[in-house]
Amino acid sequence: MSTAINAVDLKKHYEVGGGMFRKPGLVKALDGASFTLDAGKTLAVVGESGCGKSTLARLVTMIETPTEGSLDIEGKPADSSSVDHRKAVQIVFQNPYSSLNPRHKIRTILEEPLRLNTDMSAEDRGKRAAQTMERVGLRPEHIERYPHMFSGGQRQRIAIARALMLNPRVLVLDEPVSALDLSIQAQVLNILADLQAELGLAYLFISHDLSVVKHIADDVMVMYLGKVVESGAAKDVFANPRHPYTKALLSATPNADPVAKKERIVLTGELPSPLNPPAGCAFNPRCAYASDKCRTSAPALEKLGDVEVACYHPVG
Amino acid sequence: MGLLDIQNLSVDFQTAGGLFRAVDGVDIQCERGEILSIVGESGSGKSVSMLAMMGLLPWTAKINADKMVFDGKDLTKISKRERRKIIGKDMAMIFQEPISSLNPCFTVGFQLGESLKLHLGMNRAERKKRSIELLELVGIPAPETRLSAFPHQLSGGMNQRVMIAMALSGDPKLLIADEPTTALDVTIQAQILDLLVSLQKEKEMALILITHDMGVVAETAERVQVQYAGQRVEEQHVTGLFTDPHHPYTSALLNALPERAVGRKLPSIPGVVPGQYDRPTGCLFAPRCAHVQDDCHGNVTRQSAELGNALCNHPLNAKVTA
Ligand SMILES: Nc1ncnc2c1ncn2[C@@H]1O[C@H](COP(=O)(O)OP(=O)(O)OP(=O)(O)O)[C@@H](O)[C@H]1O
Ligand SMILES: Nc1ncnc2c1ncn2[C@@H]1O[C@H](COP(=O)(O)OP(=O)(O)OP(=O)(O)O)[C@@H](O)[C@H]1O
Ligand code: SF4
Ligand code: SF4
Ligand SMILES: [Mg+2]
Ligand SMILES: [Mg+2]
Repeated sequence: MSTAINAVDLKKHYEVGGGMFRKPGLVKALDGASFTLDAGKTLAVVGESGCGKSTLARLVTMIETPTEGSLDIEGKPADSSSVDHRKAVQIVFQNPYSSLNPRHKIRTILEEPLRLNTDMSAEDRGKRAAQTMERVGLRPEHIERYPHMFSGGQRQRIAIARALMLNPRVLVLDEPVSALDLSIQAQVLNILADLQAELGLAYLFISHDLSVVKHIADDVMVMYLGKVVESGAAKDVFANPRHPYTKALLSATPNADPVAKKERIVLTGELPSPLNPPAGCAFNPRCAYASDKCRTSAPALEKLGDVEVACYHPVG
Repeated sequence: MGLLDIQNLSVDFQTAGGLFRAVDGVDIQCERGEILSIVGESGSGKSVSMLAMMGLLPWTAKINADKMVFDGKDLTKISKRERRKIIGKDMAMIFQEPISSLNPCFTVGFQLGESLKLHLGMNRAERKKRSIELLELVGIPAPETRLSAFPHQLSGGMNQRVMIAMALSGDPKLLIADEPTTALDVTIQAQILDLLVSLQKEKEMALILITHDMGVVAETAERVQVQYAGQRVEEQHVTGLFTDPHHPYTSALLNALPERAVGRKLPSIPGVVPGQYDRPTGCLFAPRCAHVQDDCHGNVTRQSAELGNALCNHPLNAKVTA
């Protein structure tokens, strides 16, 4: 199996807030993520708002460059000036309402990546756009329509079609179904599954909906405040979470079964400010298992059975 | 007698393209201290029916109902002044967009205080004390210092909790929560839902919970009402709804849950909800329904309570089929 993305200790730090009388602060939006994403596989990234999921997405798609760490795309160091790399990795954003330019026809939206990155003729571009529309289950004759003439699920398919125009090998999907109705979500997830099976695409799938992740992911990476706290095969992590945060996250996710027994761990407190993270393990103020050690030094991600966990007192 | 009894509520909006029916003959009943959940596709009139009840729709909305009784008072008959005394106090609402319903120019403490002054006529000292209690109740740490914070200085989750504190300030008999946790992380969502349920239990407060999250419905609601294209298509006790849905839309919706998937493919509902210009005659779900028959394009029957009051000529019934 070929490796699509290999990331080692990726970091992205932002300086914020420096004013006339204030020292600038440092937000460690992403503070060391390592992972491998293989062709044809789905790696899901989960975690609370602000934990660095979109930052990771921007690094992998080369929209931003990492502060530290290395990123390889298909075995070569990521290079945003390489046309091949720019084509290889494409992104689909959360909101199908704002990610498409309302003044452009679907034709323009779909053909734009081809115009920018290839020397295809107008005729070939049009053909390819029509083919791609069919591929995501849209009617090619709607190519002259504007985005507002489509429903949310159809718009998200247009966004997926746009991402497919350059024959990418990797799709970064940043909350691709969060804004959609359940019935439409199912349509879009099915299309993603079909495309992966047909084209061997690798997905970096960002979502806060664990039921979706459980359904679609091969591997899962749980993040907390810029750091990976647990990662492994989705089936292992869901069946037996080892990090206290993963466990809390799973137990807090409502189960769509009114007769199921529920045992919920209700976390107290909020995600701390990334400008002022707690000393030691970042999760310690909310963790029921925290010891003195946890408050002074930060645990590293280490192998534990089938998964990797960053915790001094793993559970389960 | 029930707390809320709404019968045959319809809302039409005047639009450039003519009248648009957003709510189409909906009944809503809620007992004291009950948790009713309303679910359904986006645009099915969930928010609009609640706003109609609260008198918060713009003038372009035409509201009709056979009956609109809350706490023994007929909302269609009382004066605007009397209605204002109820709304925000006995009947309070948490809105879908938390940020837009707090005023960015005033501190959290001022906004809470105003609400307490208006509804309960408390003096300054009482208001401050009660405000702190309310913020504590919704789990905001260091509530005293938060009173002087402006909404933009708080996180989305905190603002949402301030909104909830405000809605609770008048000790409502009915709290309408419109997607109260969608913008929140699951760990915070769990805190808020636990809070709402405990209030409902302690204070006998009725709760109408509108949400897209079937997990939240399953874990929180007692009774569930399903809406489709402005109509109430089914209503059942929560367990029955999840195990033995009677309307084909309810059944299809539940089948689309990723948790229920067998294999990679999810059974999705083809097509989209009808809009203003392609509203079918007969059953509104017919163009997407897997059980459609010829008579579905004519009159549609409302089934009995045993069949979830399903608005369907061919309701599903697991007990009979099994
Ligand atoms: N350009 C930037 N400058 C400064 N801080 C930033 C910047 N981009 C992101 N951040 C901060 O980095 C942290 C991680 O942000 P990110 O958008 O990656 O989170 P996320 O996990 O995608 O959250 P969400 O689930 O809300 O989308 C946040 O605290 C955010 O405020
Ligand atoms: N002021 C208005 N003028 C015209 N149409 C409106 C107005 N407000 C709402 N509508 C329409 O009424 C219908 C019902 O809207 P409503 O907001 O009640 O849906 P909903 O069920 O709450 O959906 P969601 O789950 O997306 O919140 C929609 O088609 C909407 O576009
Ligand atoms: S290292 Fe300590 S504080 Fe951190 S998650 Fe593990 S037990 Fe909790
Ligand atoms: S009336 Fe007919 S079309 Fe409508 S939901 Fe029932 S079976 Fe389906
Ligand atoms: Mg994000
Ligand atoms: Mg709504």
